[in-house]
This record gives sequence, C-alpha cells and structure tokens, in this order.
Amino acid sequence: MIIAILAPLLVACFIPLLSKIKHRVHTGFFVLLVPLSIFTYFVTFVGRDFSTQLQVTKWIPSLDINFSLYLDGLSLLFVLLITGIGSLVVLYSIYYLDRSERLDQFYVYLLMFMTAMLGVVLSDNIFVLYTFWELTSISSFLLIGYWHYKERSRYGALKSMLITVFGGLSMFGGFVLLYVVTGTTSIQDMIAHPEIVWNSAYLPLILAFILLGAFTKSAQFPFHIWLPDAMEAPTPVSAYLHSATMVKAGLFLIARFSPLLSASEWFYIVVTSVGVITLCWGSYMAVRQTDLKAILAFSTISQLGMIMAMFGFGTKIAIFAAVFHILNHATFKGSLFMIAGIIDHETGTRDIRKLGGLATIMPIAATLTVLGTFSMAGIPLPFLNGFYSKELFIDSALHLEGGMSTIASMLTAAIPYLVVFGSIFTFVYSMYFLFGIFTGKHKADQLPKPAHEAPFGMLLPPIILITGVVVIGLFPNLVNGTLLNHAQSAVGNTLYDVEKIKFWHGWDAPAFQVTLLIISVGIALYLTRKKWQHIYNALPGSFSFNRVYDALIKQLDRTSEKITNAYMTGSLRLYMTIIIAAIIVVTTTVMMVTDGFVVKFDNLADVSVLELVVAGVMVVAAVWTIFTNHKLAAILITGVVGYGVAILFILYRAPDLALTQLVIETVSVALFLLAFYHLPQLQKRDDSTGSKIVNATISIGFGALVAMIGIAAHSSSGFAPISDYFIKTSHTLGGGDNIVNVILVDMRGLDTLFEITVLGIAALAIYSLIKLRNDKEAE
Amino acid sequence: MEIIISILAGILVATGVYNLLQKQLLRIVIGTVLLSHGAHLFILTMGKLKRGQPPILEEGIVQYTDPLPQALILTSIVISFGITSLLLVLAYRTANENETDNMEQLRGKTNE
Repeated sequence: MIIAILAPLLVACFIPLLSKIKHRVHTGFFVLLVPLSIFTYFVTFVGRDFSTQLQVTKWIPSLDINFSLYLDGLSLLFVLLITGIGSLVVLYSIYYLDRSERLDQFYVYLLMFMTAMLGVVLSDNIFVLYTFWELTSISSFLLIGYWHYKERSRYGALKSMLITVFGGLSMFGGFVLLYVVTGTTSIQDMIAHPEIVWNSAYLPLILAFILLGAFTKSAQFPFHIWLPDAMEAPTPVSAYLHSATMVKAGLFLIARFSPLLSASEWFYIVVTSVGVITLCWGSYMAVRQTDLKAILAFSTISQLGMIMAMFGFGTKIAIFAAVFHILNHATFKGSLFMIAGIIDHETGTRDIRKLGGLATIMPIAATLTVLGTFSMAGIPLPFLNGFYSKELFIDSALHLEGGMSTIASMLTAAIPYLVVFGSIFTFVYSMYFLFGIFTGKHKADQLPKPAHEAPFGMLLPPIILITGVVVIGLFPNLVNGTLLNHAQSAVGNTLYDVEKIKFWHGWDAPAFQVTLLIISVGIALYLTRKKWQHIYNALPGSFSFNRVYDALIKQLDRTSEKITNAYMTGSLRLYMTIIIAAIIVVTTTVMMVTDGFVVKFDNLADVSVLELVVAGVMVVAAVWTIFTNHKLAAILITGVVGYGVAILFILYRAPDLALTQLVIETVSVALFLLAFYHLPQLQKRDDSTGSKIVNATISIGFGALVAMIGIAAHSSSGFAPISDYFIKTSHTLGGGDNIVNVILVDMRGLDTLFEITVLGIAALAIYSLIKLRNDKEAE
Repeated sequence: MEIIISILAGILVATGVYNLLQKQLLRIVIGTVLLSHGAHLFILTMGKLKRGQPPILEEGIVQYTDPLPQALILTSIVISFGITSLLLVLAYRTANENETDNMEQLRGKTNE
C-alpha cells in the first residue's frame, strides 16, 4: 500500500523531464498510467469477504508517529473514487489542456494532490493524517492558482488556503487533544476503546476542533465561501478536487471519527444542523448563479451538506445512504463538471445567459447532462443512482427519533421541512442548469466561438461516469455487498439490510410521496422562476458571507497596521520610554512578589563628612545638567560629576580606578569640548508639561529602582566573595603586588584583551566616520 | 555609607535617564555619561566600602578592599570611554550631515 500511496509523488519527480517531449506526446498520457494502475491494484481488494488491512512503516517511532496505513471499507471506497475519478480527470485533461500550457506543473500538482488524498484516507496515524491533510490544502492552492496571471485565480487560491488551513490547524488541535486523552496516535486504537474519549472532559473541545476542520474542508455553511471562488481553477481540477475528492475529505473525517465523537449529543445537533443548513443555503443560492461552474459549486456545497446531515443523523439507513451518496455524487457531479468544461471549451463562455439551444448542436453532451442532472435532482427513474440515495435520505429524515435535549428534539422536528425545502431547490437548479444550456433559443452571435460537439476523447470520461450512474441506477445492489456495506460498517458498526434498496416501494411509501411533492413543487417553481427570482434581492440581498470574509481580512490588515503605527512611531524617545517603563514594571513586580526589598542597617561602613560633601556636589552637578541651557556649562558640570567619582574612588581605596578615571575624565571633557564646538547650541527644552512629567516619573522611578536594588542587595546576605583567592595568590601565582593589575592582565586577561579590541574598533570607527564622506560632500 | 552611595548612584542614573529622554543629541550623550558613572559607583558599592587597605600587597596588612569590582570597573571605564567618544563623533557627524541634532527631526522618513 505504501508504494501505491507514494507512487504519484515519485512519478511527479520525473514529470519535468517529460516536458521536453510534450510537443509530440501530451504529458497526460504518461500520467494516466499512475492512477489507473493504483485503481487496478485497489479494485482487487473489493469483494464480499473483504477484510481490513494494516501496514505499519516506522517513521518517527520515538514520537509514536508511524506511517501506518489502514484499509477498511470506508477508505477503500474513497481510494477507488480518488484513483478512478483521478484517471478519468487525467484523461479529460489531456483533451482539455492545450500542449502550450505549463503541463508539467499541472501534473506535478495533480499527482501531489493524489498522494495527499490517498494519504488522508489511508492513514491510521492522526499526525500522518494531518500531514497529508495539509498537503491537500497546499496542492489545492497551487491548482486553483494554476492560471496565476489571473487576479481572480490568485484571490480564490488565497481564500481557499486561508479557510482550509484555518480549519486544518483547528483539526490539529483536536488531534493533539485526542492524543493527550487516549495516549495513542492510532485511530483504530482509539476506536477500540472509545469510552476513554467518551468519558473525557475534553470531549466538547475535541468535537469542536475536529468538526471545524471537517466543516472548512467540506465547504459547510458558513465556510462554504471558498468553493465558488475555487472555480477559477482549470475545469479538470474543479471536477476532481472540488466535487469528487478533496471536499469529501471533511466527510471522511466525520465518518472516520464518528464512532468516537457521536457519543456526544452535540455531535448530532451540530453536524445535522450545519449539514441541513448547508443543504438549504447551497441549493437556494445555486439558482441565483449565472456561471455554470458557480451553479455546480453551490450544488456541490448543498450535496455535501446533505451527506454531512446524514452522518449527523447516525441511523443505520442514514449512514448507508451517506456512503451511497458519496459514490453517487462523485459520479454525477464529476461528469457535470466535465460537461461544463466541455461547453466552456466549445463555446468560449460559461455564462448561462449567453448559452441556449445547444441540444441539437451537442447531442451527446446534452444526453449526458440529462442523465446527470436528473440523477442530481433525484427524479424517480429506475436507471438513475441519485434517486436511490435521495430517497433513502428523505426516508431517514422522516424517521428520525428526537434527541434527549430540547434543542435536539426541536431540530429533529424541523429537519423534514428543511430537507424538503432543500430538495425542492435542488430540483430547481438541476433543471435550470439543464434547460438553461440546452433548450431555448441558440444565441450564436453572443458566443465567442461557434459551438460544436466536443472531441470524443473529451467526452469519454463523462460518458464513463454517466455509465456508472446508469449501471448503479439499474442495479442498485450491485456494489452494496462488496463495497458499501464494508464502508458502512466502518462508520457505524451496523449493517443496513441491503435487500431493501429497490426502486419501487409502492404508492404509500412516505419517502415516495415526499419525492412526488418535491417534484411537483419544483416544476411549479422552475416554470415561474422569473416571477420569484427577485426574492434574492431581499435575501441575501447585498449581504453575503464573501463580504464578511473580505471585511474581516481588510479589518485584520487595518487593525494590525493601526496597532503597529501606534507604537512604531520612529521616535527613539518613545521606544526608550517603553523600554525603561517595562524594566521598572517587571522588576518592581518581581521584587514585590518575592519580598525583595530588604533594608538592613548593620554591617555598613561609617559615614564621613568628606564623602557627604563630594556626594552632595555630585548630586547638584548631575541635576544641574538637566536645567542648564548652556553648552559649556553642561560639559563642565558633567566633568564635575566625573571628578567627583574619581575622588570617591580615592576615598574608597581604589588608586588605579582613580588614576584612570581622572585621565579619562580629562580626555573626555576635552573631547566633549572639541565635538560640542561643532554641535548646535543647546536649546531650551520646549517640551510640554505632560511629557516633562512622564520623563521625570520614568527617570525618578528608574533611579529609585536602582537605588533600592543596591540597598536590598547590600542588605541580603549572600556568600563570601572569591577575592580572598586573588589576594592570596596575587604574588605567588601572578608575581605582582598590585592585585587589581594582576587580575586585569593575568587572572582575567581575556577581559582586557577584548577591552583593548573595543578601543581599537572605536578608534577605527571614529577614523572612518570622519574620513569617509559620501559623494555629495566629496565634491 | 553604602546606602548613601546607592542613593547617589540612583540619582546619577535618574538624571542620566532624564537626559536620555530629551530631544537633543547633546543631552543624550551627557545622559549616557551620567548613566555610566552611576553604574560604576553601583558596582563599587556592591563590593562593600572601606573594608581595609588599597589592594596592593604590603607587609603586615591583612585586610584589603575587594579587588575584583575594581578590576571590573576599570574595564568598564575604558569601554564606556570608547563608546562615549564614538557616540560623540557620531553625534557630530549626524548633526553636520542632517543640519539638526533634534531627535524628533531625525526620524526615518518611512515606516519601513
């Protein structure tokens, strides 16, 4: 299995080599072999006596992340869809994409996506699943933006990326929680002991996170907005990713985790209501669209909502119907997308207002569309698969049992009406799609190209898919025992009696009566479409979730810009204020919390008058620097402070320090005089009183903090200094009597080396600052 | 005495910070000088004051002041001197080049 999963990725590595010969042979023909052979490989698993397979390859064993692949009925169904429809899509793309396009990129992305999708459905390890999940988002992003020179493509790609990655990250959060709760990374191990998750306090959180991931990926309300914009992708991509495979990844996730999560009643409430609302909103909005692919996009949203709702129902029939409809939807929706692409390809437009009367010009496409749309609408004809799953859906919606809580029972009561509403609009948009294209007046003058039937190669994939529609329609129990029942038991652990699927249940079967109601109201609504279409001006009117998304993105941009501009003003004073204020706040808090402010008066040196006088002079000089407005005075009083320090050094028995301080202070004052001579005069400080107060508070606060730390450090008993060692060994080891100098050049000589380096660098920098001039000055 | 010197160091630091927060480059340079004086005094105080003779070995003396802070301060004095002189030349060049030494006018032109 692992080879089957990674094969597309491996082949993708070699595709760029093929582009050299793409003008003779379309790259797609080489690619076609890949999904076809994987499909053949997996078809051999299908059968009544199917048993699950587990295959483990070590990846990061220390983190319990292993490349474990698990094949059960549900994954098998998805794998067959992915590779089967993948093959058809590749075949279709051979005729759809011209050889002048960047084919190698297209097929690299497509194969990357195929690997990702196979990985999602086959992974047993949650973190591997997540890895592949994000790979589908990335490859979908690349495919939507395939025609990157179009602004709409880039917009659509970014939007789908943001929304699906948002959901993916949320899902990752859910997975991490699951791992924390269960202690295993294997989904099957989790399902083997579901009560651990059921009894966990984190269940609501896990549920919310995983559902968010599933809803965003499967374009559920209100996260559906990325799907219509993803229609900017080439049509094979729309047909493959955005109808048959990737958008069903969310459904797969729900199905895969429902044994764990459906214990919570909120699973029923949230999944069902989101699914039903998506069904209604999607089908309602589809009638409003004028672009063929947009109609199909909203139709996909609506059908995904329907399947999601069935997983929410969780009854035996519902789960079977959901699995059945996943298969059915993939067949008819894939073919309808391909037909939309054919029409676009052969007439040059996808605008339904410009199309019409194509039935006689494109008879094969018209026949296929009739079968596809009738199947989508659920019309009771014994050769359409859509009808069976639709009827099962209505049946399950009618026979729901109310939940424990009030919300759940209210929901149960409302579901049948919503389902009927959604189904009526499903009927309307299916007819709108079919008749809008193929009947009515042919508007040849509005078409960019004269319409004609597509080449056979392009028609072949939809023909195969529609054949699937009809075959399953004629023999609805054909794949039940061999495939669908295994899928169903993987989800619900229960089996639906397969023999019940038949076309005719009699006139008094409730689901059939509801179907008749849906069709008659649907016909009436379709015929009077022009009369009621203005209700779209009232609802949604100018409101749409796209606007919410756009406004949100814009607001995020604007708010972050505002925040940044508020503190990144370019004013060094402000930064300085913030830095020092932060130091004061943090340090003071820490000192307060740890009772750090200790004052003890023992063990102090005695106070002498001389020191007090020197200190007093220094204080006066230091404060004076603030108030003087005279350049020379400022330099001289700074010098006074420096000499004061030197005197203190003398008093405190530091002869070397005093010497250095005196020399350096003198040189400094000389330097100051030299430099200040060239600097502008000191100006009066024209600050407002407010900023003066802020500055004063900050500086007094910081000074007080430093003094307090000094006192507190002095008052706390630490440990004995290590200086005794220096004093003892200065002569014996260092060979000198001046201990400070021995420390500087012998014991801690490295400090001195780099201090010399600092001086050297400073000197070089000063030299270059003065000597190197820019061009303007050189002239 | 240590408490008084600690307060003195605090006052030096406070005046230094106040000068740092001014608009004129000149005052900022003075601020850094005051700040380093404050820091040196602070280090010296931390090693206790007046506990013995200057740290030069002589016969018959047992008690010396702590030589380690003195070595640290000596290093620091030299480094801050290097920095101050570089800062001065930088201030001089900046004021020359831009014809102003007002920090509010020396902001970058763009926000980037």
